[in-house]
Amino acid sequence: MDFAEVDRLADYRQQAREWVATHVDPAWAEQQRVSGSYHTPALHALLAEQGWLGAGWPAEYGGTGNDPDMAAALFEEIDAAGLHMDGWATTNMIARTLLHTATEEQKAAIVGGVLRGEIIIVLGYTEPDSGSDVAAAKTRSERDGEEWLINGQKMFTSTAHLGTHVFMLTRSNLEVSKHKGLTTFLVPLDSPGVEVRAIHTLGGQRTNATFYSDVRVPDSARIGPVDGGWGVMHVALVFERGGGGGRRSGPTLAERVAQWAKSARREDGSRVYDDPSVKERLARIAAEAEVARLLGLRTAWIASTGGLPGTEGSSAKLFNAESLQRQHWELLEILGAEAVLRREAGDAPLNAAVEEDFRRGVVGTIYGGSSEIMREIVSERVLGLPRSRSKN
Amino acid sequence: MDLSLSEDQLTLRAAFAEFFEKEATVERVRAAEPLGFDQELWAKLAGTGAIAMGLPEEAGGGASALDLVLVAEQFGRRIAPVPFAESTAAARLLARAGATELVEGVADGSTLATIALAPPAGGRLRLVPAGAVAEVVVALDGDDLIALRRAPGARPHTEPVPNFGSSPLADWPLADGERIVLASGPDAAQLYADGRSDWKLLTAAALGGLRATALEIGVSYVKARKAFGVIIGSFQAVQHRLADLVVAGDGGQLLTHEAAWARDTGRPNAAALASMAFLFAADTAFRTTREAVQFHGGYGVTLEYDIQLYFRRAKAWPLALGDPKLEYRRLADVIYPDRPQLEDTGPENAEQEEE
Repeated sequence: MDFAEVDRLADYRQQAREWVATHVDPAWAEQQRVSGSYHTPALHALLAEQGWLGAGWPAEYGGTGNDPDMAAALFEEIDAAGLHMDGWATTNMIARTLLHTATEEQKAAIVGGVLRGEIIIVLGYTEPDSGSDVAAAKTRSERDGEEWLINGQKMFTSTAHLGTHVFMLTRSNLEVSKHKGLTTFLVPLDSPGVEVRAIHTLGGQRTNATFYSDVRVPDSARIGPVDGGWGVMHVALVFERGGGGGRRSGPTLAERVAQWAKSARREDGSRVYDDPSVKERLARIAAEAEVARLLGLRTAWIASTGGLPGTEGSSAKLFNAESLQRQHWELLEILGAEAVLRREAGDAPLNAAVEEDFRRGVVGTIYGGSSEIMREIVSERVLGLPRSRSKN
Repeated sequence: MDLSLSEDQLTLRAAFAEFFEKEATVERVRAAEPLGFDQELWAKLAGTGAIAMGLPEEAGGGASALDLVLVAEQFGRRIAPVPFAESTAAARLLARAGATELVEGVADGSTLATIALAPPAGGRLRLVPAGAVAEVVVALDGDDLIALRRAPGARPHTEPVPNFGSSPLADWPLADGERIVLASGPDAAQLYADGRSDWKLLTAAALGGLRATALEIGVSYVKARKAFGVIIGSFQAVQHRLADLVVAGDGGQLLTHEAAWARDTGRPNAAALASMAFLFAADTAFRTTREAVQFHGGYGVTLEYDIQLYFRRAKAWPLALGDPKLEYRRLADVIYPDRPQLEDTGPENAEQEEE
């Protein structure tokens, strides 16, 4: 056994940091935080222009000669600079799905545009009445000659207000069982009948509800076979789970709180850190964080050896999201009354890092497969317990 | 990164899985109660070389910490009535302290050595693990690392102390046996800390094995037991709690293996990881046995069902170290060391505010 993590990208880190220092406007991160829109068009355009979006992609679809490892290091440094790239994350995910599921014409037309930064794809799976049960989508697609007519509503279509296309799961056939009547489409967001409405979240993110009223698209917008959308989704959901955890850089939130607790004093003059319960909680957090890291490491290791980390991925996701929330709750309590202060207050402890993570972390146990779905997977596939809900 | 076991390790694990399955049957475990020690099993275990394994190569050992962890997991799976963690930790400690003469008897099992996890108070070592059956105990007495050696004879040497974990605990008066000073000063403290760390690591592994079996017992019960016309394992309230235990169990095992690897490779955080592994394993093992008891319904509290054997030990074994919250406090001081106050710009800020 060897638990040492080798940094595959070590040789690129310095160059990536320099790139960020040169090209990233420090105001962008603050703009993202204030607006809640986790996509910066100027950054996206720059990465496309310099060929970084196309690094590692097949040349026939517009892949560039840029070094994919350098691109990966760049993306990590951008993340470390506090910038989200949600627009690229969803676009990348769907473009990869298209490589496996789209026609040659579609691949040539769409993937090229993606890598040039012209096409930004957002996800249209979730609906007001279906989330974890993704195959229950009700948004209708009906054939009308050479075109399709789409009617319905999608929820949490993040980045739709800045994107160009939405990758949609629709119900094309009401006559067959749930999973057999689905078709996927790549719908231009500037189509007549598409409406985007802002939804603001607890974590400060701006996402959207999107409405589709008699939206007409040509048959060439259809991805995969008619009524074969569930097969396409199988591919797409694999890429959704594939996102690896970011590199750990700088002190952890718990370390920062510990450091704070060593100088902060309570009303009675005592040092916060000297409270035994504070020490206990901080130590427990460290132990759980290490377990979460190791479960993630196991997933990465299985993938690196060519295996498919199915239940291991679910386990890691479950423990990580749940333990992170427990951590946020405890850290807030350690900070005491001032823990509630927002960054705008000016004197929030640790510049409100804990309260911001606390609010952002809430969604962690919900999206990307809720904790309940993860537990179901473990219970059925690891323990061999029967499915606890009806199959339909 | 490589999270796989070597061929040798897989062989070792399989061999001890077989040994404990055959020799530490649940009938033997029950028969050894309330003392919690089976002399015949102890002799057989020593005969396999398991106790000598942890010693340095020249003393007939040479196993890595990870090897020992793999054996301890199998020991824990069968809650075998022998003090594997204590005797292995003590044997290694004696060897590191250069107590060659004491080590000789330890290697072949004729001498059972153990470690006192707390300093003496009131002239005695209180509730020494395996204290009722050991001939040698290693303890930290003030600045001295000492061994107390009592005369050989039939085990147990003292009346066992009734306890719910069915552990061969006993108080050990400092006057009982020959006193040998093994080391003094900082050396003594370091040797003792390493010994305790070994105990934590091996107990973490044993608890990991214990919880794995407890989970199996619980899962097989919920697959068989019916209520309201269906197996209770089909209820979500049962399934989801079991799923959490699977994940925590996997995570705890990874942490224990990482702690062993860190010890074998001399990482500076090895002791902190052993402590984390111990605390996490203790918590997970108890939660697992508790849930399994709960899912057994009324049968869970009857002595006929085996799950109670695991439930009692899951709580009792880690308590040998005292209140786990105290261990968390000690751990915090290790993982959050004082750093120079780089961000302490208080006076400057104050001046600026005055301007």
